[in-house]
This record gives sequence, structure tokens and C-alpha cells, in this order.
Amino acid sequence: MLKDLRQRWAVLGVAAMTLVALASAHGQDQKDGQAAPEAAEKPYLIKDGKVDFGTYNGYRRYEAYCLRCHGPDGAGSSYAPALVESLKRLDHEQFTDVVVNGRKNVSTSQQSVMPAFGYAEDVMLNLEDIYAYLKARSDGEVGRGRPARLPKEQDPVYKERQES
Amino acid sequence: MQKSVLLAGVAAIGMMAASLSAQANDELVQMQQNKSDWVMPLGNYSSTRYSELDQINKDNVKDLRVAWTFSTGVLRGHEGGPLVIGDTMYVHTPFPNIVYALDLNDNGRIIWKYEPKQDPDTIPVMCCDTVNRGVAYGNGMIFLHQADTTLVALDAKTGEVKWTAVNGDPKKGETGTSAPMVIKDKVLIGISGGEFGVQGHLSAYNISDGKLAWRGYSTGPDDQTLMDPEKTTHLGQPVGKDSGTATWEGDQWKIGGGTTWGWMSYDPELNLVYYGTGNPSTWNPVQRPGDNRWSMTIFARDADTGMAKWVYQMTPHDEWDFDGVNEMILADKEIGGQQRKVLVHFDRNGFGYTLDRVTGELLVAEKFDPAVNWATEVDKTTGRPKVVDQFSTHHQGEDVNTTGICPAALGTKDQQPAAYSPKSGLFYVPTNHVCMDYEPFAVSYTAGQPYVGATLSMYPAPGGDHLGNFIAWDAAEGKIVWSNPEPFSVWSGALATAGDVVFYGTLEGYLKAVDAADGKELYSFKTPSGIIGNVNTYEHGGKQYVAVLSGVGGWAGIGLAAGLTEDTAGLGAVGAYKALSSYTNLGGQLTVFTLP
Ligand code: HEC
Repeated sequence: MLKDLRQRWAVLGVAAMTLVALASAHGQDQKDGQAAPEAAEKPYLIKDGKVDFGTYNGYRRYEAYCLRCHGPDGAGSSYAPALVESLKRLDHEQFTDVVVNGRKNVSTSQQSVMPAFGYAEDVMLNLEDIYAYLKARSDGEVGRGRPARLPKEQDPVYKERQES
Repeated sequence: MQKSVLLAGVAAIGMMAASLSAQANDELVQMQQNKSDWVMPLGNYSSTRYSELDQINKDNVKDLRVAWTFSTGVLRGHEGGPLVIGDTMYVHTPFPNIVYALDLNDNGRIIWKYEPKQDPDTIPVMCCDTVNRGVAYGNGMIFLHQADTTLVALDAKTGEVKWTAVNGDPKKGETGTSAPMVIKDKVLIGISGGEFGVQGHLSAYNISDGKLAWRGYSTGPDDQTLMDPEKTTHLGQPVGKDSGTATWEGDQWKIGGGTTWGWMSYDPELNLVYYGTGNPSTWNPVQRPGDNRWSMTIFARDADTGMAKWVYQMTPHDEWDFDGVNEMILADKEIGGQQRKVLVHFDRNGFGYTLDRVTGELLVAEKFDPAVNWATEVDKTTGRPKVVDQFSTHHQGEDVNTTGICPAALGTKDQQPAAYSPKSGLFYVPTNHVCMDYEPFAVSYTAGQPYVGATLSMYPAPGGDHLGNFIAWDAAEGKIVWSNPEPFSVWSGALATAGDVVFYGTLEGYLKAVDAADGKELYSFKTPSGIIGNVNTYEHGGKQYVAVLSGVGGWAGIGLAAGLTEDTAGLGAVGAYKALSSYTNLGGQLTVFTLP
């Protein structure tokens, strides 16, 4: 079951990645007239400090599902690591692996448990968005608090999702 | 002094022997009179956290110094505080929920240690950190509610397990964080898990064998809520048939929350136990139309049968996560020229309530932080808050971000208990001064998965550079008498004493002593970690001691560790913009103070 789920999410993930990668490249074009070489690796789109719908949704979902352990805005807490820092180290696959399967670090001096979200539909369905948001935070592109959203008509991600 | 302690000791032994046959209730009513001890987490059945001890007073408290310290060996957030019974101190920890019995005759040498083996999968279903708010004493036993909801009775002398009972199921998100209370021949305990859609309840187990004696749910039909449609009242009116399902849509009450993770109080004369219930699940109000009774409610139940005598719902149809679980302080006060037996409660929603605890009549309901804005006032007849549309997350709707709501979800005050001094007549209240944006959205329920349904962001209340206040409150008038700003939320339980000193801890780790009359700071000492524990006092060998657990964490540690807003330290910002993590670090430690 878990394997099935993972595959499903992986597929979803790839689809989402392609989508935002395209969007992202498009955004870069708009901004400075040429696509930056690393544009394809950015799962988010930012124009004039405003983020696409996916990244924005990622913020909402992060604050709903992850804040109670990782603290506000991915900034870390007395309980769990700052994901803003983690994503400088973890790639997309490693990130997904920890969230789907969880991780335990329990010893006499530590009781650190990252829950497995593989069965939590609401989290899995929004995981790519959560990743996009955290990546944008980690890259220093998005600050603390609720990010400003691109107007709908300028947001290819929003349009894409409306259609599908 | 020595002599009176000796006498008290002899009396205590006599009493212990007698209690073998007599009811534990009598034992505890007697024991709480003995000012040398600290027999229950909130000091006494009235939850005043007041001590008659006066050796440490407002003139000499400046000379306080550390007598001894003890590391709990656990890093997570340490809420609650130790009990002191005779020569023994009982200290508990967050998960893995160790209990230590320490020998006060031997600088805290460990007499016994109990450490349960619990499934680590319990850890992530605990809401916010793996806290535990303390143990209870009764009939020669120490009672602990473990994270995995096992209620365990330990022999107070040896730590040997006498019996265990299972109070819930962590796989459904039910966990144990609160402290039990022993009343007569029963031990009462609540349940945590409001963010997982559990059906909250208060349960009573026989002290003799751990069998369930009664269980009163917060929501459900009358046979589950233990309500009598005619005799149980809400503000003087009968509640009517199945009031615990009538204001819910369909079966939503089954996953309706109303958890009971706060504190209990008990009036032996009225034989009533008082406690509050938590938020209705989910946090998205649009998804659960109706008043959602009896979440967010003060309950008065018969301690023998569990039958509800009266209830009062403070926040009908919650839209902000203002759990009603904070402590109920029982006092006798003159209100409007009339002597009353009252219950005083400082709610998360920012109102300080004074009720007649015999009848449940609402006498006073006033804001204990001027920043509170989600309601203008509370209607004394209907008991309903007058909600401001602008701050109503239901009115604004799903997927709309309602901004500028004060207080934030952590409340003007969370579980950290206040103190009441009958000497000064004032209540001493640790508070938060934080506001929020709140955006509800649709969620589906899966057993054992978070059932939250809202995104929120928190920030300092407007115009301020501080996140907390420590205040003195007049419960007859409903007025703040004095207020000390604190850089961070005050998340430590207060202690008032006959020495005219009030103690509390801060998130940076300071233990502070202030003048009960005007709040002037008289002493402060920085302990190794932030304080979210409750300050206690006791007397041993003729000396008064003050004890507190350090160990930053809990909701406070999660919310504030990294600060609430962009780090603008470089711009010279202070107070609220600073991260708690730049002041303190994890680590459970007990610090015991005394005079030289
Ligand atoms: C119940 C608390 C809890 C919740 C909720 C939670 N986490 Fe975690 N998470 C942890 C802990 C604790 C760790 C550290 C585990 C360890 O020590 O190995 C962790 C680790 C991680 C890591 C690895 C970080 C690193 O530096 O290696 C990632 C990625 C992560 N979490 C993502 C998430 C996301 C995304 C969410 C929300 C969907 C989430 N977590 C929700 C507690 C939690």
C-alpha cells in the first residue's frame, strides 16, 4: 500500500515539477529576458516579490501541517529542525522520502520523531506545494509570514490548475 | 519551628494510618492544610497556588540563592512542577514520562525512578511537544497519566506499579498530557488530542483497582455526557434533551474534540469537580455549523457519579481555537455587596470570568488584556460573547485570511496556571500578548491524522514590543490592578505566598519574585533553560524552599524559538522581534532556592 502510494505521489510529483518548471522558466523570461540556467530546478515562480498559487498554497499547507513541530515559516523550533536550513542540504527526493516515511531518532537522550505522512492524503496531495514554498524560503526568495500572491491573470500555475 | 514540623510529621503518620480505612478525600483535605507540603500540582483543591509559608518575604527575597539542582535527563518541554510530601519530592518529566522520588533529607538523592516503555509512535500525535503537567498523590500512591494514555498507580514509597488502566488510544490521536486529581476513592483524568478529532472526556477510575467508575464525554447524547435534561443547567436554564448532539450537524460530535487537557478543581463541601473543555474539531468553523456544545465549556460535575450539575459555554462555535481548559480557581469573594462562593477562570479567549460556583451563574466577564478584540463584551444573561464580524473567521469564510485577531490561538493565557492570594485578594496571571491571522479551509477526517483545517500566523499585539504580561487581577471588579510587560509570553505557573511575594518563571529562564502589592521586581535568577513549569514552595527542616522546573519547549518553544517575524535584529529591533533561541536552549532541570 505504502509503495503504491509512493509511486502515485512520485508520478504526481513529476507532473507538478514539470508544470512549475515550465512556469518558472516562463517567469524568468519575463523578468530579465533570458532563462537563468538553474531556472528548471526552481519549483516556484516569483515576480515582483509575489508568488504563484502553488507556492502560496504550500505556505498555507505548511502552516497547517508542519508548523506545530517545525515552527512558523520553516524557521525551526525547540522541537524540530529549521526546514529552511534543511533544504539547503536535502534534495527533492530526500525531502519526499522523510515526509512520506518519517524518521525516528529515539535514544536515552533524544525523543525525536518525524511522523510518516504517507497515508495523510491532505499532506500528500499538497506536498509539492509545500516543497516549493520551503525551497523558496530556503533560497532566500520568500521571507517570513504570508507571501503575497500573484494576480490570477498573471499566474500560469493558477491557470493550469483551473483547467485541470 | 522544628517542633511544629515534628508535630506535623506525627500527625501526618497518624493520618496515613487512618487513611487505610478512611477515604482518600479526607486524607488530601487534611494534607493540603499542612503548609510544609505541596500535595497537588495546583497546591490545593481550590487551585489557588497559594502558600501560607512566609519565611521568604518581600524584604528578604532578594537574598534568595540556589540550594540544590537536579537534572531530569530529558530535553523536551517541562510543564508542571514537583509534589512535596513529607521528606520526599516527586518530579516528573515529558516523554518518556519518568517519575523520580527524591530524598529531601539527602540533597535530592534518588529514592526510586519509574520509566515506562512507550511506543515512540505516540510522540508525533502529541500536539505541540511531548509535555506532561504532573503527577497526583493519594492513598500512598503516585498517579501518572503517560503520553500513551496509560494511567499508572505507583507505590509512593517504592515506585512499584500497583495497577494500570488504559484511558485512550494514541492510534486515534488520543494522548495523555495533563495531571490527574484524586478525589475520595477515585482518580480523575482528562484526555488530549483536540487536533486529531477525538471525543473528549473526563474519566474517574477507582483508586483501589483502577477500574473505570464513570466517564463523562464533552459531546454526545445524555448517557455519554452524563447530563440530566431537566436538572443540568446552563446559566440557570435546563440544558434539554441530548444537548451534546443538538448543536452539531449529523455525527460530527463523535469527532468533535472538546478535550480535557487542562486542570481540575474540587469543592469538597459541594462535592463538585470543575474543569474546562477544549476546542471543537476541526479548526475550520464553516465545516461544523452550530454552537458545538459542550466544547469550550466550564463543567461542574458530581465527583461521585460524574453527573453534570451545571455547564457554561464560554465560546460557542469557536472560530479561533480558544480552548476553555485553563484552571478554575475557587475562592470566596464579596461581589456587589454579596458574599459568594466563586470560580475564577482566565480563558484563552481573553476574558476573565467570575461565576457563582454553586449555581453556575455568570457574575463577571471582562477582558484581562486590553488588546482583546474578537468580541466587544460578554452578555451576562445569555453568556454569549458579542463577536466582531471583522474578526469572525466564519463570517469571513473559508479560504479567506482574517487578519488582526487578538488574541492569537495560544490565547491571552494558556494552561500555565494563575495564583490567588486570599491575603491580597488578588489573582496573579501569566499572560500572552500575541495576535494572529487565521484562514480556515476544508479538511477531511482520517483517524489518527491531524484534523486541523486552518492556517494561522502570529505576531506581537499592535504597538507593543513585548509578547507577554504578568498581571494582577481583581476578580470582583474585573479589572487589571497592575501589569508587568515581559519580552516573551509568560508560560510558567505563578505562586503567591503569605510572605507577600509572587513568583513566576520566564521563557528566557528567569525565576522572578515580585511584590504582591505592586508587581515591583524583587529578585531574579537565570536558570539553565526557559521556564514553562509551575513554581512551588515547601518547608523542610525548618527552612522554606522554592522549586521550579526549567526546560523550554511546549507550544511556547515551538511558536517562539525562531521569533515571530522577520529577524530585524540588524535594524536594532528589540523584544518581540528577537528569537527565543538566542536566549536559551533545551534541558530539563529542577532548581531549588532558599535563604542563606
Ligand atoms: C509531530 C512533529 C512533526 C510534524 C507535524 C512534522 N515534522 Fe518534520 N520532523 C520532525 C522531527 C522531530 C524531525 C527530526 C527527526 C530526526 O531527528 O531525525 C523532522 C524532520 C523533518 C525533515 C528532515 C530534516 C533534516 O534536516 O533532515 C523534513 C524534510 C521534515 N521533517 C519535513 C516535514 C514536513 C514537510 C512536515 C509537514 C507536512 C513535517 N515535517 C511535519 C517532527 C515533525
